[in-house]
Amino acid sequence: MTRMFAIVEREMRKFFRSPMLMIMAMMMPIMQLLIMGNAFGGKIVGARVAVVDYDHGPEAVKIREAFDAIAVNVKTFTTVNYTDENIAREDVRTGKVDGAVIIPKQYSRRVAAQDAPRIGFVADNSDQFTSGSLEAEMQAVVNALTTPVIQPRLASAIALQIVELYPYVNYMKFLLPACIALAMYISVMIGGGMLYIDDKARGVHEGYLVTPITRLELVMGLNMAGAIKAVLAGICITVIGSLMAGLGIIFHPEALLEILCLIVGTAIAFNGMMFLLMVRVEDPLTPRAMFGVLNMLLFYPSGAMYPTASFPWWLRALSVVDPFTYCIHGFKAIILKDGGFQAIGFDLAFLYIFGFGTLLIATPLFKRSL
Amino acid sequence: MMATARANYPDGRPTAIEVAHIVKKYGDFEAVKDVSFSVQEGEIFGLLGPNGAGKSTLIRMMTTLVPITSGSATVAGFDVVKDPDAVRRKIGVIPQALTSDPDLTVEENLSIYAKLYSVPKLERERNINEVLEAVDLIKWRGAQTKTLSGGMRRRLEIARGLVHNPHIFFLDEPTTGLDPVSRIAVWEMLDHLRRTRNLTMLITTHYMEEADKLCDRIAIVDHGVLVALGTPIELKHSVPGANVVEVHFDRETEQWKSRLEALDGVTSVQAESAGYYRVLTSSGSRTTMQLVELAASLGETLTSLSVQNTTLDDVFVHYTGRQLRDEQVKPATFTMPPRPGDKL
Repeated sequence: MTRMFAIVEREMRKFFRSPMLMIMAMMMPIMQLLIMGNAFGGKIVGARVAVVDYDHGPEAVKIREAFDAIAVNVKTFTTVNYTDENIAREDVRTGKVDGAVIIPKQYSRRVAAQDAPRIGFVADNSDQFTSGSLEAEMQAVVNALTTPVIQPRLASAIALQIVELYPYVNYMKFLLPACIALAMYISVMIGGGMLYIDDKARGVHEGYLVTPITRLELVMGLNMAGAIKAVLAGICITVIGSLMAGLGIIFHPEALLEILCLIVGTAIAFNGMMFLLMVRVEDPLTPRAMFGVLNMLLFYPSGAMYPTASFPWWLRALSVVDPFTYCIHGFKAIILKDGGFQAIGFDLAFLYIFGFGTLLIATPLFKRSL
Repeated sequence: MMATARANYPDGRPTAIEVAHIVKKYGDFEAVKDVSFSVQEGEIFGLLGPNGAGKSTLIRMMTTLVPITSGSATVAGFDVVKDPDAVRRKIGVIPQALTSDPDLTVEENLSIYAKLYSVPKLERERNINEVLEAVDLIKWRGAQTKTLSGGMRRRLEIARGLVHNPHIFFLDEPTTGLDPVSRIAVWEMLDHLRRTRNLTMLITTHYMEEADKLCDRIAIVDHGVLVALGTPIELKHSVPGANVVEVHFDRETEQWKSRLEALDGVTSVQAESAGYYRVLTSSGSRTTMQLVELAASLGETLTSLSVQNTTLDDVFVHYTGRQLRDEQVKPATFTMPPRPGDKL
């Protein structure tokens, strides 16, 4: 045991003497959380919509008043008056405005006559986010105008009442589990994989191999050190990320314990997987080359960004064996839903079994000689 | 496992290392070919040869780092194949590369290695103090390794190899990359360690001077074969010709080599560069006279002339047919292609 802990001690001393490693391991996930969390999922504000009014009747005025209300309240868009539909259409095409509303001639008369009144909306659907928001606002305006002033005592239409279980989950909160997993992956990749191969290339392992240390002690020492580094990265990013995203979960001891169990399981799983991949690698360039490929192969199929239910069968098969899937599912279950151990039981079981299983395979592959 | 009975040398000292018919193959390539030698306790034994001669492979087999293809090696009485752990406990190894952690302090580097050998805490602290004293790094114990000079780092490597009190010390090219002053300091330190700690040392080197000054006995290895073995004096005496005359003619002609070889007492002539020759002779003074007369009779000028005793360089040339330093610095031969119109 002394020999195993000597390896851990050496790795940890090196780790704390090189704070850049820790910083670099966490910098990318924090930046991702900060930039992607703020860039995605926000509301569209200040779009420009052209209004071509060929009617000028009282119903057209109602529409314009509704647009003005939007412009000063939710501020999704402001309106610009056009006199020619073709010019407005061309300006949507060239990006001068984000959409155009056409109020046709006789619109007010058709409303009064209940003769299939309609208004047109020209949308720039090359930008799904903006056009989707504008379409939603336009639909809300149309619904409001269509609703009768005097409501019937008994509603005849079917209503869907939605009950949201959790407080509003903005994109930053949604992204946090993925960022924790990513920080731990980078820590394992740099602090485990790359340093391990670099040490091999520098001859440090040769120094170990001439001592009486056993293969198991050496493997366990290296992996324990790698797992500790990943746990530290996971804890740091959980605390920083929760504060950034405004999540108070870190102040609940029970949830903290659940998160810690997940972090340790993830560290063991990632480290075991990395050790298995690197156990026979000699060239220091290999882990660097693998870094991006592995990231793509493991991160995106995990459901971190999109639900796995939308994947084709082969991608879903990959997500089933991907430790990222269980790590992210577990973190979401605790951080976003406070689901308790019951919600993460399977994730924990998979991560620990995967971690120790990969180590079990890697240990006999580890060469005790050069 | 019990150590096997060790043969004693005629002077009573037991054998520390016994290598018998050892072979190492990498696929079809034979890196070490049927090498046998033994090293007695307290001896500094040198493996001399150019890069790629098989020295490091030999040392790696003896230190359990590389499996032996055939033959046997016994270190400190233990078979390296059958009982590698017992061998590892008895040896200290300094690899060719500097492998101490630059981010750790001198003391931390030593402490971690002592722990790898399971040295108990009190003994560990005592040993660290002793080895730091021995390699003169006591003032630097708290310094980060990356702040040390190359010579000091090499001394730290040596201290690291000694921190568990080994009986046998393997050093793979311990002075490679050091400046001449640091190199001499390392030689003195190793000699001191041998005397004070009664260490057996096996050193690989491609420096003739290092082998000459430091080693009690030297084995010359070339292309995986042990070509000569003996004390430096024995090896020098084994070469025909007691002296080396180095002569530099003003002008190079094709006949110099054959003319020099024809002189009385000359055993071999080696062309070093244009007009520069190393002549092995049984009588330095007589050959010098003949050289002066030869140059005068041909109307040639001698730029320089020196006489010295046979060196290990000459021994190496004698046994391998080429110079050791040629292997390290020989530039690629390049012949200019003929110009258009030149007669071929």
